[in-house]
Amino acid sequence: MGNQKTGRIKSIAGPLVIAKDMRGCEMYEVVRVGQEGLMGETIKLIQDLAYVQVYEDTTGLKPGEEVVRTGAPLSVELGPGIITNFYDGIQRPLLEIKNQTGDYITRGVHVPGLDPDRKWALTPTVKKGDELAEGDYLGEVQESKVIKHRIMVPPGIQRKVVEIKSGSFTVNEVIAILESGGKKIELTMKQKWPVRIGRPLKEKLDPEVPLLTGQRIYDTFFPIAKGGTAAIPGGFGTGKTVSQHQLAKWADSQVVVYVGCGERGNEMTEVLITFPELDDPSTGEKLMERSTLIANTSNMPVAAREASIYTGVTIAEYYRDMGYDVALMADSSSRWAEALREISGRLEEMPGEEGFPAYLGTRLADFYERAGRVVTLGSQERFGSVSIIGAVSPPRGDFSEPVAQNTLRVVSAFWALDTNLADRRHFPAINWLASYSLYLDFVKPWFDQNVDKEFQGLRGDMMALLEQEAELQEIVQLVGQDTLPESDRALLEVARMIREDYLQQHAYHEIDSYCSIEKQYLMLKIIMKFYQAVNKAIESGVGANRMAAVKVKDEIARMKYTPNQDFPKRYEELIQSIEREFESLRNQK
Amino acid sequence: MSEQAKDIKSREYRSVTQVAGPLMIVEGVEEVAYGEVVHIRTPGGDNRMGQVLESQENVAIVQVFEGTRGLDTDQTRVRFAGDIMRISLSKEMLGRSFDGLGRPIDGGPEIIPEARLSITGAAINPTARDYPNEFIQTGISTIDGMNTLVRGQKLPIFSGSGLPHNKLAAQIARQATVLGSEEPFSVIFAAMGITHEEANFFINSFESTGALERIVSFINLADDPAIERIITPRMALTAAEFLAFNYDTHVLVILTDMTNYCEALREISSAREEVPGRRGYPGYMYTDLATNYERAGRIIGKGGSITQMPILSMPDDDITHPVPDLTGYITEGQFVLSRELHRKGIYPPVDVLPSLSRLMNEGIGEGRTRADHLGVSDQCYSGYAEGRDVRSLVAVVGEEALSERDRLNLKFAEVFEEQFVTQGVDENRTIEQTLDLGWELLSMFPEGELKRIDEKYVKQYYRKGSQVGAGD
Repeated sequence: MGNQKTGRIKSIAGPLVIAKDMRGCEMYEVVRVGQEGLMGETIKLIQDLAYVQVYEDTTGLKPGEEVVRTGAPLSVELGPGIITNFYDGIQRPLLEIKNQTGDYITRGVHVPGLDPDRKWALTPTVKKGDELAEGDYLGEVQESKVIKHRIMVPPGIQRKVVEIKSGSFTVNEVIAILESGGKKIELTMKQKWPVRIGRPLKEKLDPEVPLLTGQRIYDTFFPIAKGGTAAIPGGFGTGKTVSQHQLAKWADSQVVVYVGCGERGNEMTEVLITFPELDDPSTGEKLMERSTLIANTSNMPVAAREASIYTGVTIAEYYRDMGYDVALMADSSSRWAEALREISGRLEEMPGEEGFPAYLGTRLADFYERAGRVVTLGSQERFGSVSIIGAVSPPRGDFSEPVAQNTLRVVSAFWALDTNLADRRHFPAINWLASYSLYLDFVKPWFDQNVDKEFQGLRGDMMALLEQEAELQEIVQLVGQDTLPESDRALLEVARMIREDYLQQHAYHEIDSYCSIEKQYLMLKIIMKFYQAVNKAIESGVGANRMAAVKVKDEIARMKYTPNQDFPKRYEELIQSIEREFESLRNQK
Repeated sequence: MSEQAKDIKSREYRSVTQVAGPLMIVEGVEEVAYGEVVHIRTPGGDNRMGQVLESQENVAIVQVFEGTRGLDTDQTRVRFAGDIMRISLSKEMLGRSFDGLGRPIDGGPEIIPEARLSITGAAINPTARDYPNEFIQTGISTIDGMNTLVRGQKLPIFSGSGLPHNKLAAQIARQATVLGSEEPFSVIFAAMGITHEEANFFINSFESTGALERIVSFINLADDPAIERIITPRMALTAAEFLAFNYDTHVLVILTDMTNYCEALREISSAREEVPGRRGYPGYMYTDLATNYERAGRIIGKGGSITQMPILSMPDDDITHPVPDLTGYITEGQFVLSRELHRKGIYPPVDVLPSLSRLMNEGIGEGRTRADHLGVSDQCYSGYAEGRDVRSLVAVVGEEALSERDRLNLKFAEVFEEQFVTQGVDENRTIEQTLDLGWELLSMFPEGELKRIDEKYVKQYYRKGSQVGAGD
């Protein structure tokens, strides 16, 4: 009886190992399995048996091999060196793994999350005698070209500074000594935090500031707020991953955490190659200078996939605590749920819907609840946010399946990808009728103040046109377009303009890839102007056939390719063209 | 030495306690490794092979690849090999044929191995991957023009029974070249549960081009043991990795038919009484398929590459069936064959609308194909999609009610199918021919309608007064 530090393997089936003689082992404790010390996590306990999900391939393990307890839950190392790094699902740096084992990921590699040898130049921001609370800054490290990494007092500590060092240190060297009531604590630049527990904060705030993405369909029609949550569900080939990449590239957050969870190897490679090369419009440096990537591809061990989103969100929270706006992209939460299902099946748990465990909904909610715009710890008032954008890959592209449904219950913006749109190369293939955002009202004051009071009104008008178009289309399907009144045909024409010239946005086009919010506003105004001009022309008796040939339509179709900074000028030109052309139409009558 | 001998001897058991479906349970065993290879001798003197699926302290659950018929719980002898599944590999494999478990079936000698590699294959470190961007010209317009294949991509053919997917795959294997490249190129052909005729068709097709000496075949036919199919693609892919990354060869792997593979997976799963996922397929099928499909790619600093072309038949032409569905989520696109086009007598019946190549954008454009490629492909897509919509509309309202624009789109869809999609089994079009053909058809639209193409290419390539579609 009593606590046992070492047990033995009893059985092995896929990623699940049952170990005996493990009395005293805690739930979610990390253990080392077998001769190679494969990393695993305890997920079920019965008497002295511990059920362990192993984060590495278990082929070749035998009953009787050792299982060693570590006494700690699954944790990540937090400190300088995370930004610009690529990790696997349990925060092992992939480049370091490559240095040790070559092109393939083999088993039993032990690499710390933060490079223990690298020295960082620390600039202290406190002095001896200062009273510090949890979350207060001790000093700063220039972590990448654009990210200043703030070294913070770890949560749960409130002490007076006895000593603070300045100079270059590794993450394991002591940089400060704090004291309270005669008790001294040595601090390094590194903190450890268990991934399954959210980092503490002072207060959650309402999501009032939009997270601008430069993508018209999101910013104008279905905005997400800083600290908000959004889901992009879609069948294969609908452009989930391209959408996620676009958001990572262009969203106005200061830090990007990109979690590739059970997705394609080549896609992760694309991220690994493009992020370090992609210019970041907000800083003028490369996008990688403010990103960290977590890549657990579909053929990497399934249990590490389950852990990867927690690793990601814990890192995101850590940067939030420094006062940054962080965007976390999880591609794809369905693969994470499948990992959960696989482990659950091995545990022989009673399955819920479609074989997923009954706790799927709770786990998803726990994860998305870690998003938020918050007042961080620290004696000074600081704001930070974590926004989570999760892709969902529903089987058959059918949103009624459990992962999509459980996700919908917890996220506030829903961007529904549509196979039909993708098939006709309408990208981003987001269905404007099925999508929604609950942040519209929250962010209205911000838009009123920073863009224009008219902006959200215009958005509403456009949305109404699109809805009317859908109704009219049903009639057209039955009786053809010729039977419609002129005004309805004009409406169809303008709705097509909104769809093709506004909603469609070319991710790979150098200019169209990013559309500033000002440009979005002006583009909306142009389309509205055109609609008004058409209506006016109809009233004064100009036939729809003659209007079909107006040249300005082609110019409007190409307005998306005008650079952001040149657009105000282009706007004036287009408004004049519309006026001129319609006036001459009316005069010719 | 003597200890080892004892070890080997002591690892032979006659304690089979249960045989059910493809599984066998052996008790009283010691230290059996998960994934270990098992040699089985039936009372009738047959030798079979198996693998440990679950290892407990005294019990091993073994899947038997060649079927459990003839096994008993009395005389059957089971020996644990002390090693995981491996395949003997050598450059001499080129031109040879093997069964689903990697044993020669062409009457030739055993392979003298240069290496014996585990067939499971480790995941390629994403930082070691090189991003695929070299255009492969297949000579087929619907592929080259609309859904371009690149080296290191995995691009399946979604087909149905009775459709000419084999013909198409063989044509691709014959015609595929990388422009301006003379590098070594091989095909690895893995057949799972296909018929004799189908297998012969492939072999003959390779033979006719004199390409047999660059082909390695792993063949499990319809009447071969079903469970063997679990191993076949892994054997083939291990051989592909060996050739690609040890000998700098560009390898095209054709896996057919993945639906049979998945059925074998389901059979094992149900024999183990696992909680089933959709349609009885196991919950881990996504991960399992990924461990095969993800073995395509390129590695930085290595000359070779693995391009995968799995073929799968969609039961009842249902693209939402779990096999195509999960495949589509892993592979980098898909070619979808259409029964409707096939009925119209169109070859190859590639339905471009649901087809997709995710790596296309990297493989095309200036310096790779031609600068106008992306625009042409987008515009053709859009025109064809609208034309197809109009076609279903016409069925309801008749052609008279159509607008001028609709009529044009309708006509475009017609000629697109007749001239662009349709081509001969031996017709090998260059990428220029394909794109020029695209322009010829697109020029039936007014210049201003070509919104998806950059203006400067419209100016350069648009053919004023095109007669296409103006016929009637």
